[in-house]
Amino acid sequence: MKLWNKLMCYSRRHSPWLFHMNSGSCNGCDIEIVAALSPRYDAEQLGVRLEGSPRHADILCVTGPVTHNAVNAIKTVYGQVYGPKAVVAIGSCPATTNVFIDSRTLAGPLNKHIPVDVFVPGCPPRPDAILLGVAKAAEILAARGSKPPVADVAPEIVGDPGGNCVSCACSSTEVQA
Amino acid sequence: MITPEILSSLTTALARLLIFPGLLFAVPAAWFFLWVERKAVARMQGRIGPPFMQPFFDFIKLLGKDSPQRPGIGGLLMKAWPLIAVSAAAGAVGLLPVLPARGGFEGDLILLLALLELPSMCIIAAGFSSGSIFGEIGSAREAVLSVSYNVVFLLAILSIAASQHTFSLSALAQLPASPLRWLGIAAILVCLPAKLHLNPFSLPNAEQEIYSGPMTEYAGPELAMWELSHGLEWVAATGLVATLIAPAFTLWWVAALVFVALCFAIVLLLSVVASATARLQIDTTVRFYWQCTLFFAVFAVIAALFMRYKA
Repeated sequence: MKLWNKLMCYSRRHSPWLFHMNSGSCNGCDIEIVAALSPRYDAEQLGVRLEGSPRHADILCVTGPVTHNAVNAIKTVYGQVYGPKAVVAIGSCPATTNVFIDSRTLAGPLNKHIPVDVFVPGCPPRPDAILLGVAKAAEILAARGSKPPVADVAPEIVGDPGGNCVSCACSSTEVQA
Repeated sequence: MITPEILSSLTTALARLLIFPGLLFAVPAAWFFLWVERKAVARMQGRIGPPFMQPFFDFIKLLGKDSPQRPGIGGLLMKAWPLIAVSAAAGAVGLLPVLPARGGFEGDLILLLALLELPSMCIIAAGFSSGSIFGEIGSAREAVLSVSYNVVFLLAILSIAASQHTFSLSALAQLPASPLRWLGIAAILVCLPAKLHLNPFSLPNAEQEIYSGPMTEYAGPELAMWELSHGLEWVAATGLVATLIAPAFTLWWVAALVFVALCFAIVLLLSVVASATARLQIDTTVRFYWQCTLFFAVFAVIAALFMRYKA
């Protein structure tokens, strides 16, 4: 039984399947996700597969500052992913709503609606930062098992720790606050 | 009354189904072929690709996911389809005459074709019973596709069997290949991408276009069973072609080795074709099978019947 659990942990870490969701993004981060899967960065080496259905996925990758229209869709899709699951917020938008802050069309940031495990700040983040975020999320997934996500655990922030967002100059330390 | 003869044939049948070329060989082979497919596509795209154990990790991970609770007879059916598909594909692999003169019976080719067809029937049924609109689109495409390629596929098999006067797989494996058989093999190879849902005929599961087609609503262990049945279909379909191509050997281990090597070569060929082509539209695909390929298949059958008449 112990051996089986070990094998399960190892398998979860080595086979993260992604579902990509856009919650009103400008398409910048979405292109960077595609770049992470492209020959130059080759996410498949980590066992990553971009899935067409949220039912197949382990990791939900959300981009965009969460518009009012997108809130229900995000909650539905989050419910459609079966556990154990993890959420990666890609870009500064889902973390802080970025340059769109105080807009009346927004209901963000993302962690007001669903628990987020890893933030990958950047506008847009580099593909290698996205890959690092996915790898972190896979580790969290392996440790979590089938237990539900705990809200009070501080989310991980990956990428260049001192780096500022190019468009709004918010630093990744501000994201944490 | 159980005679020793029945008992020994029963043990042979069980050994073929469970050990070689059945489940014990076929499941690792299925994972290996799935890996070869992904790796070959990655290499063709200039990537490094997934690690060797990737399909195994995927399988274990899917087994450990939560599975959906679906009430009623619909839920029961959705659980049953992948299991039927896996057992049919495993049975088809078990029928392959890898080791010459061990079991086999007159007409086992027909049983093999029926078992090979069952997984695609299950996929059609699964898409419709899932109730998802994307599942239904995928199932309708699979149904149209299977009507198109199966005519050519069955005619090709028929021409091979008719030209060599037998429906027994082990007899076909023993007989030397005639020019007509090569024509039949070429026709089967044209049908295999459609049977295995590969580009350019990857219409039923068209990734990102209709989500995941019939598999859209499947998750966890059920999805793991679908992956396994897909891998077993790879083994059975490539194994059938390898059986028809491979020359007869007296040493059993040479026969087994040649069989595996030929399967590997066919998987590589299909993956390279898949990564070099883009997905066709459904009407183009149907036209391809009914207008271009059917002509050759009918020609092959007529030639086979003439040869039979002459002989």
